[in-house]
Amino acid sequence: MSGIVVTGVSKSFGSTRVLGGVSLDIASGEFVSLVGPSGCGKTTLMRIIAGLERPDSGRIEINQRDVTSIRAADRDVAMVFQNYALYPHLTVHQNISVPLVFRRLSAMERLPGVGRLVPGTGARRQEISALVRQSAGLLGLDELLARKPGQLSGGQRQRVALARAIVRQPKAFLMDEPLSNLDAALRVQTRKEIVEIHRRVGASTVYVTHDQSEAMTMSDRVAVMMGGDILQIATPEEIYANPVDLRVATFIGSPKINTQTAVVGDDGHVRVGHEPTGLSSPHRGVVTLAIRPEHLAPAASGQVGAGLSCSIDHVEFLGDSLLVHTRAAATSETMIVRIGGTNRAGLTRGATLTLGFNLTAALLFDAQGKRAAMEPTAVASAAAPERRVAHG
Amino acid sequence: MADAALTDPSARAKQRAPARADTSGTVVAWLLSAPAIIAYVLMLLAPALAMLMLAFTDFEFGARTFRWVGFANFAEMLGDRGAMAAVRNTAVYVLFVTPISIALGLLLAVLIDAGARGRTVFRAIFFLPVVSLTVAMAVAWQYILHPNIGPLNAALRMFGAPTPNWLASSEMVMISLGFIGVWENLGFNMVLFLAGLTAIPRDLYAAAEVDGAPGAWSRFWLVTWPMLGPTTLFVVTITTIRSIRVFDTVAILTQGGPNKASEVLLHTMYVEGFQFFRMGYSAAITMLFLAVVLVLMLIQTRLIERRVHYG
Repeated sequence: MSGIVVTGVSKSFGSTRVLGGVSLDIASGEFVSLVGPSGCGKTTLMRIIAGLERPDSGRIEINQRDVTSIRAADRDVAMVFQNYALYPHLTVHQNISVPLVFRRLSAMERLPGVGRLVPGTGARRQEISALVRQSAGLLGLDELLARKPGQLSGGQRQRVALARAIVRQPKAFLMDEPLSNLDAALRVQTRKEIVEIHRRVGASTVYVTHDQSEAMTMSDRVAVMMGGDILQIATPEEIYANPVDLRVATFIGSPKINTQTAVVGDDGHVRVGHEPTGLSSPHRGVVTLAIRPEHLAPAASGQVGAGLSCSIDHVEFLGDSLLVHTRAAATSETMIVRIGGTNRAGLTRGATLTLGFNLTAALLFDAQGKRAAMEPTAVASAAAPERRVAHG
Repeated sequence: MADAALTDPSARAKQRAPARADTSGTVVAWLLSAPAIIAYVLMLLAPALAMLMLAFTDFEFGARTFRWVGFANFAEMLGDRGAMAAVRNTAVYVLFVTPISIALGLLLAVLIDAGARGRTVFRAIFFLPVVSLTVAMAVAWQYILHPNIGPLNAALRMFGAPTPNWLASSEMVMISLGFIGVWENLGFNMVLFLAGLTAIPRDLYAAAEVDGAPGAWSRFWLVTWPMLGPTTLFVVTITTIRSIRVFDTVAILTQGGPNKASEVLLHTMYVEGFQFFRMGYSAAITMLFLAVVLVLMLIQTRLIERRVHYG
C-alpha cells in the first residue's frame, strides 16, 4: 500500500527552477530520506508534500487520497521543523496539545472560558490531556510539561516538537533537518530515538537532511537530490555500492569516494595516465574512475600493472584504521586509502605507494557522470589484489 | 593568571595590590559614565527638581521674589474648574485615542503584511501623518471640519445628515480632536507593528497550518497576537504617553474651548505658565502630569512586561 505518492511535481520561484518534475513513491510506513546539498530542492519538495507550498504542476497523494489542492491543515500530516517552531507563549503541554485541540474541538469549544459551557468539552479536553501525557511520556518529557520552550535545551525542544508531531497519529511524518541545530553527541542519540519512534508509530516518514550519514543510518530508502531532481532512490546499501550517477557517488560516503580521470582506449582498456587499471569497458573516451577508500590497498611493490603509483601527502589516524591521503603520479588527483589496523610502517610523507584496487568494487562514469559499463580485464585482474587489505 | 600576566603587564600589578586596582577601576567607571551622568543631571534631573520646587511656590515669571506656599497650588487645582476639566478631557482623549489607534494600526499592519504588493505605498500613505508637521496639518483639519465651508459637512449635507459644528460644539469637540489624534498615531503604531510582524518566524505559521489551524483568524490568535506581545506593550506605552501629551491640535484648533470643553493638561499648563505667567501653578500641573506618566509606566513595566516576554 502506498503512503505518499508524488507524481511529476515541479516548482519554480520566479525564474528559478527549484523542482523539475520530481516523482517519488513512498510505501506505507516507510522511512525515506531526501538528501542533497543545500539548494537542491529537498525542503521545497517536503513543503509541497506538507501543503505549505503549491506545486506548479504534478500531483500529491497521501494514503490513496489526492491532496494536491487540499490545504496543509486538512492533509493530516505532521511536520517537525529545523528550528522546532514551538509556540513560545505556550507550555510544553499546551504546545503538544495544539494539533488535537484544532482537530477535536469545535471553534466554539476552543474559546477560552466560553468553551467550557459547551456540553462534553470537559471530557474531550481530558481526553486530549491524556493523549498529550502519553506522547510526552514516550519522549521522556513528563517532568517538563509545565515549562515554556524558552526554559528548555535544544534537545528538549526537539523532543517537544516530536511529541507534538506524534500526538495525533498522523498519516505521514515530515521532518525538515530536525537534528541540524543539535550538537554532535545529541544528534547521534536523537537519531536513534527518531528511528525508534518511527518504528512504534509506523507512519510513512519523509526526512530531509543534508547530512548523508543521517540519511544512510536512519532510512529504509534514500533519495539523493541535486539541482531539483531526484538522481537516485534506493536502499542505503544500494546507493553506496551502486550509485547511478557520479554526483551520487561523490555525495554519499565519508571520506569522499576517490575519482580519477581515466581514458578508455580503442582496445577497451581503462587507463589512468598511461597505466592500465585492469579494467575494460565498451565505452570509449574520457571517463571517471571512482573507487571508495576501503577498496584501495597498497599493492606489493614491483608488480607490473598492479595499480596506481601515488605519493603520500599525509596520514590520518582513526583509531581502528588509517586514512592515507595520496596524490596519483599520473593525474595529480588525490586518492584516499583506508587501511585497516594501525601499522604506519612505510607510510611516511613523500613516500611512494602503489595502489591496487578491488576491481569489482570500482565504478566507472562517462563524461556526463552516468554509470558506464566495465569489467575486469582478464590479464590484469590476475595481478591486481582482490583482498581489501594487502598488508598493514 | 599566568596568561594574564603574560599578556597584560598591569594585570600583575593588580595581583599585588588588589585594593588599589579596585579603586582605579571604580574611578575609570565613573569617568566613563561622567558625560552621560552630567548630561542627565543638567538636562533632566535638575529641571525636574527645579519644577518640583517651583510647584510649592507662588513664583510668577519675571518676579524678583517668591514665597513658599506649601500645597496651595495643588489645593487650587482641585477647585479649579479649568484644571479639573483638563484632567477629565485628557483621560477621555487617552482612552479614545490609545485603543482605537492601536487596534487600527494592528489591523493595517496585518493587512499590509499579508498583502502581496503595494506594501511600501501603503506604509508611506499611512505613515505620512507622523512625519508631517502637526501644526500645518491642524490647519488642514480646521478647513476640513469647518462648519460652513468644510468638505466634511459639505459631504454630510449631500446626504441630508446633520452637520455639527465639529470644533465649536462642546459635545463634538473632544470626539473631533480624538479622531485627529487617532489619525496622527495610527501610522506610527502601524509601522511599529509591521516591524514586530517581520520578526515573527515564518515557521511558526507553517507549524500552525500543519497543526490544523483552520484559518487566518485562528493563526492570528495562535501565533501573531502572542508573538506581538512585546511590540504591543511598547506601542501601548508610547501611544498612551503620546496622547497624554496632546497639545498642538488643541492649542491651534480650539485653545481649550468652547467653554473649557477641550481643555487638556498640557494646554492648561501652557496657558497658566506662559500666558498668565503663574509658574508655580503651572509647575504644579506639570507635576500632576509627570506623576500620571510615571504611574502608567510603572504599571506597564511591572505588571505587563512579565507576561509578554517568553525568553
